[in-house]
Amino acid sequence: MTTVETRLTEFADNNEKPVGYGRMLRKEDPRLIRGQGNYVDDLNLPGMLHLAILRSPVAHARIKSIDTTAAAALEGVVAIVTGADLAEKGLAWMPTLSNDVQAVLATDKVRFQGQEVAFAIAKSRYIARDAIELINVDYEILPPVVDVRKALDPDAAVIRDDLKGKTNNHCFDWETGDAAATQAVFDRADVVVSEEIVYPRVHPAPMETCGAVALFDAVEGQLTLWSTTQAPHAHRTVYALVSGLPEHKIRVISPDIGGGFGNKVPIYPGYVCAIVAALVTGKPVKWMEDRSENLSSTGFARDYIMKGEIAATKDGKILAVRTHVLADHGAFNGTAAPVKYPAGFFGVFTGSYDLEAAYCSMTAVYTNKAPGGVAYACSFRITEAVYLIERMVDCLAYDLKMDPAELRLKNFIKPEQFPYTTKTGWVYDSGEYERGMRLAMELAGYDELRKEQEEKRARGELMGIGISFFTEAVGAGPRKDMDILGLGMADGCELRIHPTGKAVLRLSVKSQGQGHETTFAQIVAEEIGIPPSDIQVLEGDTDNTPFGLGTYGSRSTPVSGAAAALVARKVRDKAQIIASGMLEVSVADLEWEKGSFHVKGDPSKSVTIQEIAFKSYGAGDLPEGIEGGLEAQICYNPSNLTYPFGAYICVVDIDPGTAQVKVRRFIAVDDCGTRINEMIIEGQVHGGLTDGVGMALMEMIAFDEDGNCLGASLMDYLIPTALEVPDWETGHTVTPSPHHPIGAKGIGESATVGSPPAIVNAVVDALKPFGIRHADMPLTPSRVWETMQGRHVPSI
Amino acid sequence: MQVSINVNGNQVNEEIEDRTLLVHFLRDQLLLRGTHWGCDTSNCGTCVVWMDGEPVKSCTVLAAMADGHEIRTVEGLEQNGQLDPVQQGFMECHGLQCGFCTPGMMMTARALLDRNPDPSEEEIREAISGQICRCTGYATIVRSIRWAAVHEASAKQGSNS
Repeated sequence: MTTVETRLTEFADNNEKPVGYGRMLRKEDPRLIRGQGNYVDDLNLPGMLHLAILRSPVAHARIKSIDTTAAAALEGVVAIVTGADLAEKGLAWMPTLSNDVQAVLATDKVRFQGQEVAFAIAKSRYIARDAIELINVDYEILPPVVDVRKALDPDAAVIRDDLKGKTNNHCFDWETGDAAATQAVFDRADVVVSEEIVYPRVHPAPMETCGAVALFDAVEGQLTLWSTTQAPHAHRTVYALVSGLPEHKIRVISPDIGGGFGNKVPIYPGYVCAIVAALVTGKPVKWMEDRSENLSSTGFARDYIMKGEIAATKDGKILAVRTHVLADHGAFNGTAAPVKYPAGFFGVFTGSYDLEAAYCSMTAVYTNKAPGGVAYACSFRITEAVYLIERMVDCLAYDLKMDPAELRLKNFIKPEQFPYTTKTGWVYDSGEYERGMRLAMELAGYDELRKEQEEKRARGELMGIGISFFTEAVGAGPRKDMDILGLGMADGCELRIHPTGKAVLRLSVKSQGQGHETTFAQIVAEEIGIPPSDIQVLEGDTDNTPFGLGTYGSRSTPVSGAAAALVARKVRDKAQIIASGMLEVSVADLEWEKGSFHVKGDPSKSVTIQEIAFKSYGAGDLPEGIEGGLEAQICYNPSNLTYPFGAYICVVDIDPGTAQVKVRRFIAVDDCGTRINEMIIEGQVHGGLTDGVGMALMEMIAFDEDGNCLGASLMDYLIPTALEVPDWETGHTVTPSPHHPIGAKGIGESATVGSPPAIVNAVVDALKPFGIRHADMPLTPSRVWETMQGRHVPSI
Repeated sequence: MQVSINVNGNQVNEEIEDRTLLVHFLRDQLLLRGTHWGCDTSNCGTCVVWMDGEPVKSCTVLAAMADGHEIRTVEGLEQNGQLDPVQQGFMECHGLQCGFCTPGMMMTARALLDRNPDPSEEEIREAISGQICRCTGYATIVRSIRWAAVHEASAKQGSNS
């Protein structure tokens, strides 16, 4: 097997390259491998109470009455709170990140199974759970809207009768591209291929569920909230707006986070309940959801039905792409996306190809399901967009009887066309697509694989080879185009060099496992020559870090990474002036060599950054106009998104007797621009590829006709284990972003975006002898078996 | 009820509510927070500890069932200030990202190596297949455990020669 990167003999070595980019062991690991991490549920404050939430057992019902008498009487119970109690305080509803509203606790109706109805505060975790069992709710069952295709039928029950004048389940319409121009191209095309492509509802399911500990100091009027949030600063502002507490009296702390994947971007009712409980009781209160609550009530992902059309010439020049999307947004529009982008960045559905026209129209609807939509490492809906285009390109290859690699190579945007403006208005910064594709084919041994497949087909064996090529758009803002609830998507960063030359870097973003403490120390080290081990990285505490929008959409390195590099350069510029005073030469006569300035032409006359730091705080005068100290702060507003890309090839074998799909090999070639820590990048890619296997073959949050969630435990919602995934084969190319200070593009979500179409394309390719052009995820044995029998049905 | 449990070599005698799960006993009563709580249904394995040398999922073991038994948790892996080779391997080979599944993975890995000092990739994958990691994609976990196996073998050779 070809494996390009690290094997057992090659390990990260801090000693070989102590300063700057390269493989480096993670600074966060020593505490985590000792079990000394500090997750929210690890917090245990004196006198702390526990909160448990009663959730709706049904999808759609009117609440006739709630009897809390028995629950309140249980020994150890401190308080029971219902929606009516919150309504009295004006806290029963809260804004979502998409300017909709969502019930904190239901007052009038429940609108999805698992919705928050009441909560108990008790002296222990177990008593709180006992108490909610004793709350008696009388529901008048209403007909649920479960089938998204029927949500706009005239006789469908109206879910959102809380919204004034609402008479149907319509959520929003959205379009992008040029409908008329696209129609004109379709009219003259030799070949048009149509297919309905379903991306089912899935869930990020981080290993740590969501939770919070709230502490309210009534004397100081100070609220401290430890919570599982990927965006502590944005959350603080929203809490201030919702609760009326002044923002300087709210401190949000996001400690170690046990995985996020977008699940921990929204504000959930549970966080607000914990805050209310702390205000009501005057005691610290912990809320920690269980796995079923996580899967059935927090931010899901996808749920798009996409009618795709692709137009081409008969020799395989792709001319245009068109799609209509039916989007299921659940009971409340809780999409966490920039305000002007209700469909996230789905507009990049034109993919990596040079097209003449493109058009997308979308209808989003409410259903009786949990809210969410943007999560699971989706890069703001780019997962759906890439899946659509990469599936459609394969459908076209099928109809044209062309090799799918050849078809892609024929249509790629060429290196000299960058910056390239797509037909939906996205300006791709840089790319060398053919180079990536050819490298992946070489690593895979593509021609040999096709020969092997031919031989196996002759013997009746089912082997498939799937390709996907993706372009992502990550690193949101710029702030002129992108905001969340009016907060511009730009991020602050502060760097202080202490007198002895050690440093502290403060970030607005928040790692959930991505290794920020390491990567960001390396970014600063590369710029200023202080070893990463001497740089403390602080994040996830709103009182101690500058404002910014947080970590999601692969934005930490593209946005905060740029901020870290620029703040370090700002400090270095000041250091140069101080050095000129120390060496008694002009600033222009100094040269920087990582870690020190020396006089041009005389390297013996030099001062290190550590010596400069001491001088900046030390005795004696500094050059005129220079303040003491060595520190700086900036706020980075990106001028454009960055556009990572990659070429993925998947090889599957299907057991013809059981229809079980086995991913035999997976080759991933990624281009995330400048690479900071190879080890961390590879880890990010591996994790995303595993997500892809899950989504393509196993994972789906399904519902029965009554709206019962059928994926509410890890027994029903299947996540890949070590047995379902192969040993990943990775490679890379480097095409720096021209507008990013260090040329980095972001990598966190590339593999989650790029892998599902490669796997599905491989399965469909294996099923070619059955005359199959498309099959919907998740490709479980039963779904593949039905497809082999000619009985494929859409997954939703 | 009263339980008497040997935890990481220390005898603890504690009063517990009968229904207390072992995971909550360890975390909330003994303040050993390295063992995590992830699913309630024995599927995720973030709560794996040893009972009498066998990995068990502590979310589905009552603390009462551990009465009179020996429990070992992630906090017991490091001995005399010396990291276990499994811990070292996870750092060297990037076997962890968010760190939430890591303690359970390492406890299973240690148990595997005690039984089979030279496991193949397939044997390692089988051993950790009752546990879920959302971050790493498992390949680096497999490498981490192989690293520990190789380094333990060479350490043994070194001490024999």
